Amino acid sequence: MPVAAETSHIELSGFGVELTVRGKGRPLLLLHPGHPSGRIDPAARIMELLAESMRVIVPTHPGFGMTPAPAKLTTIDDLAYLYLDLMEAIELRDCVVVGLSLGGWIAAEMAVKTTERLSHLVLVDAVGIKCGDRESRDIADIYAMTDKQLGELVYADPQSMARNVKALPESELTLMARAREATGRYAWTPYMHDPKLKGRLHRIDVPTLVLWGEADRIASPDYGRSFAAAIPEAQFAMIEKAGHFPHLEQPGALARRIVDFVEDTRRR
Amino acid sequence: MRVFQFTEQPYPDVWNDHNGSLRVNLPNRKIDPVRAAELFHRYYDEWQLADELGLDIMLNEHHSTATCMSAACVIGLSVLSRITKRARLLVLGYPIANRPDPLRAAEELATIDVISRGRLEMGFVRGVPQEVAIANLNPVFQSDRFWEAHDFIIKALTSHDEPFNWESENYHYRHVNIWPRPYQQPHPPVWSTTGSTQTAKKLGAYGYVMATLGTGYDTRRLYNAYRQGYAEKRGGAVAGADRFAYLGLVAVGHSEAEARRRGELIASYPRSSSIVFAPFRNPPGYLSIEDNVRILKGEGKPRSFTKDGRVVEMASGSVQDLIDAGVMFCGTPDQVYDQIADFVEHCGGMGNLLMMGHAGPMSHEDTVENLTIFAKEVYPRLKDMRQPEGAAVAAQ
Repeated sequence: MPVAAETSHIELSGFGVELTVRGKGRPLLLLHPGHPSGRIDPAARIMELLAESMRVIVPTHPGFGMTPAPAKLTTIDDLAYLYLDLMEAIELRDCVVVGLSLGGWIAAEMAVKTTERLSHLVLVDAVGIKCGDRESRDIADIYAMTDKQLGELVYADPQSMARNVKALPESELTLMARAREATGRYAWTPYMHDPKLKGRLHRIDVPTLVLWGEADRIASPDYGRSFAAAIPEAQFAMIEKAGHFPHLEQPGALARRIVDFVEDTRRR
Repeated sequence: MRVFQFTEQPYPDVWNDHNGSLRVNLPNRKIDPVRAAELFHRYYDEWQLADELGLDIMLNEHHSTATCMSAACVIGLSVLSRITKRARLLVLGYPIANRPDPLRAAEELATIDVISRGRLEMGFVRGVPQEVAIANLNPVFQSDRFWEAHDFIIKALTSHDEPFNWESENYHYRHVNIWPRPYQQPHPPVWSTTGSTQTAKKLGAYGYVMATLGTGYDTRRLYNAYRQGYAEKRGGAVAGADRFAYLGLVAVGHSEAEARRRGELIASYPRSSSIVFAPFRNPPGYLSIEDNVRILKGEGKPRSFTKDGRVVEMASGSVQDLIDAGVMFCGTPDQVYDQIADFVEHCGGMGNLLMMGHAGPMSHEDTVENLTIFAKEVYPRLKDMRQPEGAAVAAQ
């Protein structure tokens, strides 16, 4: 029987944060992506699979879901400090931190500040660093394409992931619109990265796994390799038949990779 | 009533040669600089004529587009400050939230006010959504930045005793002390535009001149919101007609047929202005969540209405539709006067007509005729026209 998810709110340094918790065991902080995935559904397959062996804690980034975005929270750096405060407030220790896409950027910004409460870091198709030269755009401009074009870049199999958006309920469309706006809030410029982050990744001193959808056309596997290469002793692995969002296209393979990595490695 | 002659300074030669987008991503190899020079000089000649005819002048800016070659409004203002003699020079507007440096904006505006000997009308606008892709400043915070840049510019224009400090998340200055200071005291009149009742109310509280575009026979709703904001701030005082402006497409002729021919040319403006690759029209945070839900459902949001509530699409409506919607004033001088007078009545008073008297491929000869007939045969009657009584308007 899958364990039901519980959603609650916590006050952190004056900001309200929505938290979904599912499962029991060692803690895993899961940081969700931006548009067009957005917040992770508590009933999602990836939640169910990870919750089989761990206590999965998923904060909703302020502005996503139906949560307000406080005026003072404007950058990914702000979210990194917010979640370091969160880890302290709910006393997370030896915590696995998994970040997906934009959530991976937040996770990396947290880890370069301190890994005190981290046991492992897993970055999945993470954005956040600048790899190419000034005239190369590392990360596709999701705001300069139609939804159809975006689907083609995001998914390994766009057809099977396609939804009839017009038929979705208003509540679902509202979540989509809010995720699109909130992503812009945190990642508009510099676009999807922090120019300083790459030079700080050397500070990460916990076992790190960088996972990449082999068909990611938002940020290429080569971008992922550069990300991994900048983190001491980080492992890099690809996930087959997945694009930018393996949690949606290959939740089974993604969960297995994360669980195996946590079991096989100990904090150095 | 005052009338401001407006053209977007277009480059219409390629309006039929694009791949679905006249803005942002239309390659600039399509513009011939020699032809652009000809057009610029011609447009300045036509504004000089407007000056001589007793009209005021309005100009604007857009970026990376064949619809408007004016990418920096201060250039046009600078030229016009020197070559015109009497016309008020209205910039509507200066997209201050899309510039990283409002100090520079304050310096430019003060200098133009001085060179023109106090003829600047200073319009600040948020700008259309497709400008965001070029400016690349975060659209989610655009509105906050707009009001902060506004506060900064007003303070820079009105502080004269010692340099001041300004350190916020958006802007960082330690020694603000602009030279020259503006010619008009305390500063040139402020204008802005809006399509929302909430902003209209705020502009009313400031008492700035508020302009709308394409709102047709739905304009009164916005004006009333302004009146409410104005009155609340001033113990019930009534906003005069001079606080309101409306952008109308104007095509006039000695005969109705001639006017209609010019109307078709002017209609090229609404027909071209929305031709832009769709994603650039919807940067995050520019439109509301509700509007985005509507877009996801594939539904539009009508903006222009006729007197009897019929929706008119500005981009595809016929000249007759645009006339019915109060978007275009077109016909003989008598007809144009009657249309404008009727519209003013609907608005409950409107004291500034922003006249698009040239657009798209309209020739120099047609433009000269259009401006001249208007200035000689329509404008005098508009100046004499009685605006609705303020008190009566407020009571409605």
